[in-house]
Amino acid sequence: MSLPTTTPAHSAEVPPQPGRAPRSPSSFLVRASRWSRLDTKASPYVYIAPFFVIFGIFGLFPLIYTGYVALNDWEVGADTHTFVGLDNFVKILSDNYFWNAVFNTIGIFVVSTIPQLLLALMLANALNKRMRGRMWLRMGVLVPNITSVAAVAILFSQLFARDFGLINWLLHFVGVSPIDWQAHKWTAWLAISTMVDWRWMGYNALIYLAAMQSIPKDIYESAALDGASSRRQFWSITVPMLRPTIIFTVIISTIGGFQLYAEPLLFTGGASAFLGGTLRQSQTVTMYLMEQFYNKFEYGDMAAVAWLLFFLILIFSGVNYLITARLESSGKRGGKK
Amino acid sequence: MLLATVVLSIFPLYYMIVVATREQGATSSVPPPLIPGSSLGDNVGRLLSNENAAFMTGMVNSAIISLTLTVSVVFLSTLAGFAFAKLRFRGRNALMLSILVTMMVPAQLGVVPLYMMMAKLQWANHLPSVIVPFLVNGFGVFMMRQYVSQSVPDELIEAARVDGCNTFRIYWSVVLPALRPAIAVLALFTFMAQWNEFFWASLAMGDPSNPTVQISLQHLSTGYYNDYAQVFAGTLLSILPLLAAFIVFGRQIIGGIMEGALKA
Repeated sequence: MSLPTTTPAHSAEVPPQPGRAPRSPSSFLVRASRWSRLDTKASPYVYIAPFFVIFGIFGLFPLIYTGYVALNDWEVGADTHTFVGLDNFVKILSDNYFWNAVFNTIGIFVVSTIPQLLLALMLANALNKRMRGRMWLRMGVLVPNITSVAAVAILFSQLFARDFGLINWLLHFVGVSPIDWQAHKWTAWLAISTMVDWRWMGYNALIYLAAMQSIPKDIYESAALDGASSRRQFWSITVPMLRPTIIFTVIISTIGGFQLYAEPLLFTGGASAFLGGTLRQSQTVTMYLMEQFYNKFEYGDMAAVAWLLFFLILIFSGVNYLITARLESSGKRGGKK
Repeated sequence: MLLATVVLSIFPLYYMIVVATREQGATSSVPPPLIPGSSLGDNVGRLLSNENAAFMTGMVNSAIISLTLTVSVVFLSTLAGFAFAKLRFRGRNALMLSILVTMMVPAQLGVVPLYMMMAKLQWANHLPSVIVPFLVNGFGVFMMRQYVSQSVPDELIEAARVDGCNTFRIYWSVVLPALRPAIAVLALFTFMAQWNEFFWASLAMGDPSNPTVQISLQHLSTGYYNDYAQVFAGTLLSILPLLAAFIVFGRQIIGGIMEGALKA
């Protein structure tokens, strides 16, 4: 199919031997092959350059520079800044409000993630049956995930409103008097966790579902022959086989959970939004980070909080990895007995 | 359980529609309204004339940002992904590894210097601050590299070369057409993620007169009034592009999540 004239020029060029021009009488072919050698040499770098240029300027440089900013007393909008070493870190780490924010973040993470992943597992198991309208059901459970975070936060703030919220209205049927969800730590955590779970449960269920579908069917068949009930099969086959996926979702949830921002911010609302309420009942670490900017006008402290947040994510991802890996393997051993 | 989950998944959105279409103040009646009304037009009218929220500006800004970034991320990611998957060059593996490492660092870490840069460039509160830094990202490059190496056979590229195609021509006429399904997923994901972006926008586009749609919603909901009909009309309009994309491309989005292509 290819033109015979082009073949020799290219076959001469395929082994990359610099300096040896193809012996062709036509100057056009020489130029064409030089051009084509330049093309093969330079193209890859040209194609990946945009990423490295953009990332270098707007990704890598800020990452490195943030370390420097964190070591300075640096006010927003100020022309000068003074080097203060680790003072910002000392200040933040001895600030009770910082630890309150860490406590809230972990609290909301625990209250939201554990039920979320358990429910997602069960939901995935239910979705894994052959049935009509499977695609519709999957779309139904994923709808919350595609709605925007601000819309979800605003919507649920109304549902959890004290005076005319739907949830308090439903609770009054079972004799619960109106709860001021936003006013207390536990209730605020619960409301925020509900938003997070509503938005992410279907997504996690689909990830579990994908992993479930790759479990060989004959394992279940032989288990059924041995008389294992479907509940038994779920806990002794499905869950252990999903181990890598469960670890993956736990890590992803940890990273997301520690960056929780829009939900608690919009749920709090009003003048004390960045504080997570007048008693800081639902201030997360990221809200505390932004408080340094909006209320304290401190770049230095802000950068220090960013670093602490990063370390917290690393530590908790590690801890959660170990916990999940452990739970899973002990569950597996228990199942094998 | 399935049916209950689907109902619980959809009901809050239904309630959003109910409130958005009811008259102002309907939420403070007992029992709460559960059937849509006919006041959507009034509510949208109040929303659009609300200068504190600049909702229309927000919608237009978010459309510009999301569409620009979708095109740019898809183009630059496929280009770089193709180079990493199929072209031979010095430092290829080390460079790819460096991209993977960058994907693990949370956005918050670099946020302070990034904001300082935007202030210096005088981009703060203008569209470049939310567009330029995100023209391409490591996730897109990585995803496309995986997809190119799986779905474009080496022989096809060799054959195109023998036929006299230069490298860009190979990318354009051989690689891109083969990537169509992956491009659809990456484009949807980028569009949705950018439409929903909140954290960086709240800092970089915090000026109430020139917000993104999410920031406009924030101003709308933290105002001093409690006009839920207007607020919900806003949230409803703000998710319409997402709902439309989901109804048309739901299959691809679900496929993308289940293949592990989309991550949080």
